[in-house]
Formats: sequence, structure tokens, C-alpha cells
Amino acid sequence: MSAVEATLEVVDLVKHFPVRGVGARQVVHAVDGVSFSIAPGELLGLVGESGSGKSTVANCVLRLLEPTSGSLKLKGREIAHLSRREMRPLRRELHMVFQDPYSSLDPRMSCGQIVAEPLAVQRLLPRREIDRKVDELFDQVGLRAELRHRYPHELSGGQRQRVGLARALSVSPTLLVADEPVSALDVSVQASILNLLRDLQEELGFSCLFITHDLATVEYLCDRVAVMYLGKIVELAATAELFAAPKHPYTQALLSAAAVPDPEVQRSRTRVVLEGDIPSPIDPPSGCRFRTRCPLEPRSAPASHETEPPLLDVGGGHHVACHLVAAGEAPTVADTAAAAS
Amino acid sequence: MSALAETAAGPLLAVEDLSVRFDTDDGSVHAVDRLSFELGAGEVLAVVGESGCGKSVSFMSLLRLLPETAVVTGRAQFGGTDLLAAPLSRLRRIRGREIAFVFQEPMTSLNPSFTIGNQVGEVLRRHLGLSRAEARRRTIELLDLVRIPAPERRVREYPHQLSGGMRQRVMIAMALACDPKILIADEPTTALDVTIQAGILDLMRDIRERLGTSIVLITHNLGVVADLADRVIVMYAGRKAEEAPVHDLFARPQHPYTIGLLGAVPRPGAGAQRLREIPGRVPSLAELPAACAFAPRCPRADDLTRSQVPELREVAPGHRVACFHPGPEADA
Repeated sequence: MSAVEATLEVVDLVKHFPVRGVGARQVVHAVDGVSFSIAPGELLGLVGESGSGKSTVANCVLRLLEPTSGSLKLKGREIAHLSRREMRPLRRELHMVFQDPYSSLDPRMSCGQIVAEPLAVQRLLPRREIDRKVDELFDQVGLRAELRHRYPHELSGGQRQRVGLARALSVSPTLLVADEPVSALDVSVQASILNLLRDLQEELGFSCLFITHDLATVEYLCDRVAVMYLGKIVELAATAELFAAPKHPYTQALLSAAAVPDPEVQRSRTRVVLEGDIPSPIDPPSGCRFRTRCPLEPRSAPASHETEPPLLDVGGGHHVACHLVAAGEAPTVADTAAAAS
Repeated sequence: MSALAETAAGPLLAVEDLSVRFDTDDGSVHAVDRLSFELGAGEVLAVVGESGCGKSVSFMSLLRLLPETAVVTGRAQFGGTDLLAAPLSRLRRIRGREIAFVFQEPMTSLNPSFTIGNQVGEVLRRHLGLSRAEARRRTIELLDLVRIPAPERRVREYPHQLSGGMRQRVMIAMALACDPKILIADEPTTALDVTIQAGILDLMRDIRERLGTSIVLITHNLGVVADLADRVIVMYAGRKAEEAPVHDLFARPQHPYTIGLLGAVPRPGAGAQRLREIPGRVPSLAELPAACAFAPRCPRADDLTRSQVPELREVAPGHRVACFHPGPEADA
């Protein structure tokens, strides 16, 4: 992968938010040293539960937020601290699809205008050609041409998300950042949007950072997966590898907790239920951030209390941040669940 | 499973021909159309469907929780009372005490300005006439029942001090306060993270086993259904499309909508196998046709489908389907 220049290279990304109105100066450690890269044409899934920092990573990559520190390279160019004005020409390289198709489209613009706007702002095409391009985009995302003159409120959720996708792809971006693009849609509609995203990616070859809480969606769509917990990546691997042999106890717990839509399978599985809640990102635990909920904490202590486990390559690009894995053990949380019951 | 013996003695709740219509300025909206079902003692019944299929409205109408614009018809027998015809005074004794609701949003269902102890205690004092001290003691027991750690401390805390999962446990504790016969849980895990969701599902299973409470699980999440339900009703556009024991439904779905729904969700382990799409969109309830509502999206649609409403018919014991051309996918 190092032979080809990465589309996106994130190194040690940190984003802290100051907490206002509290006596002592406190910060929310939303993202605390995250590194990953996305190769040309690659789909990377960033998975985590609420509060893991996955959306903050997306917003930093999109430079809707300025990182506290760290490096963000888009096709080799450092963008972490560019100004709004400096970012503007790069906006054609980098586009986004948001979670909520109800609030992310301007209700006062027709769908055609919404899709045409990035083209006009970037002055990529003369006016007459924009029209033709919009027709082409509508066709590409499977919308009837007459919907160009409709307003977002006249469309269903699935159609709106297609408009959002057409807008994002209008400038032929190198990197598409999609933050939970189907979680607000009905189940029967989700499938068509996921299929569409996959078809368009194959056809157009853009790279994609796909943010989601749903593991099954990642398995369906992505080439590689990064799992986040409390501002850190705990595991990163090729999709098939991660699902077949998850190494980090948190990934294992997450996989075991996801309910499988098959009663035979679901009822015969050993499920690991994590104790407690995700700790506050204002004051994250020392050492390993997962140690307060890790079923294997007795085995990893005291190292897990003292030092933070680095994200190590355990072979074949499979990265894990766990003291037990680093020590050459193969931790499985399922055993502890079976032993406890 | 001890439920089965009791079911023979007759269902706990029998709903017949339930219809709910909203009269609006733009005409009538048919939210529920002639829905009939039974719920056995100790049974977990899942009601599945997408937004607007009428799954929540049906159950709110049973407790007459809908606004006055709703026109509700039908019968709902619960222990000798027709819920839809009973005087409100009778219904007030059933709501919360015999049939309790848990809503989707644990973030907004609790009052932010009262402590947890206060809110759970209020239910006990109002419905059961307990004293302040008795209510406090029972509240701690209930929080313990729903496995909230350190309940003595939690009763003094406010909702914002609790996480989403803990708040949902408090909501379930409130619903269980009067030892109801039926717990209606409307998307109880939808707002929660998966690791928290698993804990809530375990808790509901535990409650059914320990207290014998019947549970109605309203959800769009087929994984949750597969985990917990004994029997499933699939709803589409206000009507029952299919009804079957859970294993039967997942192994041998008959209605093309059910088949489509099961194929539309990515499954762990299935890798990149292409998802099945259901073309089109959920129909507007204002224009509910005198035909199969799924016909415009159905690969099996024909003239018959487009001109008549299919009645439910039994294709296997306990397995009913409202389709002119039912059957597994191969027939399609």
C-alpha cells in the first residue's frame, strides 16, 4: 500500500474540546491519537458506539473541525490547519453524505439546484453543461429526471438520500465521507442505498470513509475496518480477517452483542455483555481505555492500568491495541462469559 | 415456555378487527385496518414493520392513548373487559397497573427535574397507595430487579446522571412497578448502543421467565425479534401481512414482503453477498387501496392482487399469511 500514495493519511489525530462553564479547566478527549490511511478506491469502515469519537474523526477529515494536533494528508497534501479559503479548492476532492436526509438538504432549493450547487460553486462546468451533468447524476443515482424540479419535502427518505449522494458525487470527489448514511432510513430502503453506494464506488472508483455503528453494514460494504473506543482505534484489519478472527476484547464483545436476524443462530450464541458504561471522555481511564469494562482486565493488570497499549501490527496488516495480544496471548472474552455463567 | 399450558385456557388479550382512522383536514388516514391477534400469558409477541405500518398506533389505541382525532373500532378483550368500550375510570385502573408501556426514548421519557426515586415512587404511590417510605423501599427493590448497580444511591440521582441504558432500565422498572400482566415495549433498544442493547434484551427475557409477564415487542429490528420473540406479526401499511412462530417465520417466510425484509438486512457472516432491494416506497396511508397494499412493490403482483384485499389464510399451524400467492422465494 505504501507504493501508491494514499488518498488520505491520518497520523496521530487529536481533537479536544474545552468544557465551558466548569470551574476547573477540563477538556473532552473526543479523539486522542488516531492514525489510519485510505488507499485509492478503498472503502474503510470506522465503527464505534456513541461517544467513541467516530463522527469527530469524520468532521476533522472533512475539515469542518480543526484538529487539535496531528496530521491529515489528502493525496499527500497536509490539510490539518488550512484556512477556509485555502480549503475551498480542495472541497472538490472531498465530499460528504450525512446521516439525516431530512435536515441535510436545503428545503428552499429544488433537488436539481441542490445537486448543481457544488458544480456552480467550484466553477467546474459552464452553466449549460451543468444542466446536462445534473441529468446524468440523477440517472446515476436512480432518480427520475422530473424530480429535479421537486423540493426535498416532496421526496421520501430514500430519494432524499439519493439526492445527497448525487450532490456529493457531482464534483467527482477522490474521497467520500459518509456518516451513518442509512441509519435514518427504513430497512427496505437501506438495502437499495447500500447497493447503490457499492455500485457507484465500483463504477467511479472513489475512496470512502464510512462511519457507522452497524457491524453488519461494514461487513457488507467495506474493504477494511477500524474499530474505535473512547477516542482511540483499538483494532484495524481487513474486513474478512476482522470478522473471522477479532482479536481485541472490545471488538469481540461488539461482534457478540450484535443481534443476528436468525433465531437459530442468535439463540445458540454465547453473548458477552459488557459491564458498566463507556467512561467519560473528560477523564478517560489511565492506561488501556477499555480496562474498566474489559472482562479480561484481571489478566492484563497491572500493565493495562499503567501504560496505554500501542496499536501494533500482529501480522498481515491486522493492528490491535491490547496488552494481552502484545504479550503473545490470544484473548477470548467468550471463554470468560461461559465460565461466569 | 410454561406459557404454553396457560395459553390453552384462552388468551390473555384478544384483539379483533381493530381499525384506527385519523380524520384530518386532508381526509382520512387509515393507520390500522382490521387487525386481529391474540396474546398468550407469558408470551413474547413481536410486532414488526417499518415506520408508518401501524405497529405503535395499534397498541396505543388499545390503551386509548391516542388523540381525539383518532377513530378506533373493534374489540379488545382483556380479562373480561373490552378495552375499547370500557369506561375511562376502568381503563385508568388497567393502564400502568395491568398493562404497562415502555417507550423508545429513554432520554425524553423521564422528567429531568425529579429524582429517579421520585418518579418510580410516584407510580407506586399513585397506583398502589404505598406510603413514601414503602415506595422508596419498593423502588430500590425494582431498580435491583432491573440490575441497576447501587440502587440505594441511584434513587437520589436525576435522569441526566444516568446513561441511556440505565435510563431505559429505570423505564422498565417503572413499567414493572405494579407487576403488570402485559408489558408493551415500543422499540425498547433502538436508541441504545449494541453492547447496551444486549443487556436490555437479557433483562426482558429474565423478566418474562421470573415474573411470567407477557411482552409485546414493537420493533423494526429483526435481530431483536430473532433474539427474544416466541411469535411474530409482520405488519405492512396498517394490515397484518404475516403471522407465525418465530422459527417458522425466519425459516419459511411466505409473504413476499417478509421475504424482502429478511433479505434486505446485511447479515453477519454473509460477507458481501448482495442485499435484496424492495423497489418503491411504503405507501401513504391516506390512499390505502382496496387491494393488496404491497402490490406496487411486489414481484408476484397480478390482476387479482391489484383488485382485492387478500384475506389471511393459514398455511401451517399458527402460520397465517395475507397474500394471494404465498410461498417461499422459489415460486416467485
